[in-house]
Amino acid sequence: MQSLAKLLEAALFAASRPLTLEELGSLDPGAGEHAVRAALAELRAAYGDEHGVELTEIAEGWQFLTRREYAETIERAQFALRPRRLSPAALETLAIIAYRQPVGRLEVDEIRGVDSGAVMDKLVERGLIEVVTRGEGLGRPLLYGTTPSFLEILGLKDLEDLPRLEELSVALRRPTPVDESE
Amino acid sequence: MTSPILRDPGNSGFVVELEKFSGPLDLLLHLIREDEVDITDLPIAKIADQFLSVIAELGLNQAADYLEMAARLLRIKAQLLLPRRLGDDEWEDPRAELVRRLLEYQQIRELVDWLGHAADARAERFGRGYEAPPPDAPPAPLQIDLNDLLAAAERVIALIPEPMLHRVVPRPLDVEGATARIQALLAERETFGWRDAVGGGGGPQASLVDVLSTFIALLELAKRSSLTLSQPEPFGPMVITRAIPREAA
Repeated sequence: MQSLAKLLEAALFAASRPLTLEELGSLDPGAGEHAVRAALAELRAAYGDEHGVELTEIAEGWQFLTRREYAETIERAQFALRPRRLSPAALETLAIIAYRQPVGRLEVDEIRGVDSGAVMDKLVERGLIEVVTRGEGLGRPLLYGTTPSFLEILGLKDLEDLPRLEELSVALRRPTPVDESE
Repeated sequence: MTSPILRDPGNSGFVVELEKFSGPLDLLLHLIREDEVDITDLPIAKIADQFLSVIAELGLNQAADYLEMAARLLRIKAQLLLPRRLGDDEWEDPRAELVRRLLEYQQIRELVDWLGHAADARAERFGRGYEAPPPDAPPAPLQIDLNDLLAAAERVIALIPEPMLHRVVPRPLDVEGATARIQALLAERETFGWRDAVGGGGGPQASLVDVLSTFIALLELAKRSSLTLSQPEPFGPMVITRAIPREAA
């Protein structure tokens, strides 16, 4: 393995969070972005199938994560525990914010058909969404967007990783004007 | 009403629990799926009836969002009943807005499934530096001295508002007893004072109930013209006088 790949391996091992390309590049100012990418590819290949952990692209960065097949055993031994699942209301709110960001509370309420203030407060507290700007309208409402933690808990590389709306089955059925058959 | 989702005590089959729904749109989608109807050609009358019967079980607290939707459904139902002119191109299906919202919400639900799966898959992969959530440790022993404790107690006591005492009268007024007592006094004497009427000396030991009972009995007897009440001077004791029988007058 190249020395740059080893350096990245050490850094990723030491850090307990995803490291971005920029952060990894700062380890060796002499190496360009291209070299860092190549080293990451080498490292990822080296971990391949031969190891219990794998190098994963996540939350606009890279991180070593254990392989899924060991989750149950590790959890049974209580060396690590799965985080609690998000409630359907939280996921609904996250979905709306992820696709409509920046989006205000009123729009979220409108789409969900229920008051979402408490859910959004909780998501802010958990660091999954944050206020990104203020809207133009009356009272300059706070507009929310998702955070890197949102990508992290979903295992997404970036927001582009979310399914495109056209890919969803219901999106295929376009809301045709209802009375045209008559 | 033959919908399978109605609560029917005789048929313990399918029962809708509203807690399972994240809102009125979710409930509507559920009803639409149950009935296997086309979302873009909603049978509003049927869906509205089912919706209303489900939310009839709701407490008012939860109901606000659902009631708003119920009102919306009924309005659409009414609008559909209105006749429309032939060849009226301007006519807009009153269901259009609701259908748009339902489709949008359906899309969100599909995303929720996707996000849920993604989160579950991610949860099965552990990063380094796992920190167990802190156990619920018992609170540390207090390290304070007596002065701190007294100061704290004073602060708490200062916060206590004046108690709002509500006195519950233990027994109803004994107006009959007071009436009997006054009538006995009337038979005995032509004139007597308030204190005699209250009984028990009429002093501070007379209970509020005694005073009130006596007062009501006196008013009642005065109304019946059994006695007259007079007060010779302001704040002076009341004087009770036997009324002159009508025959004699």
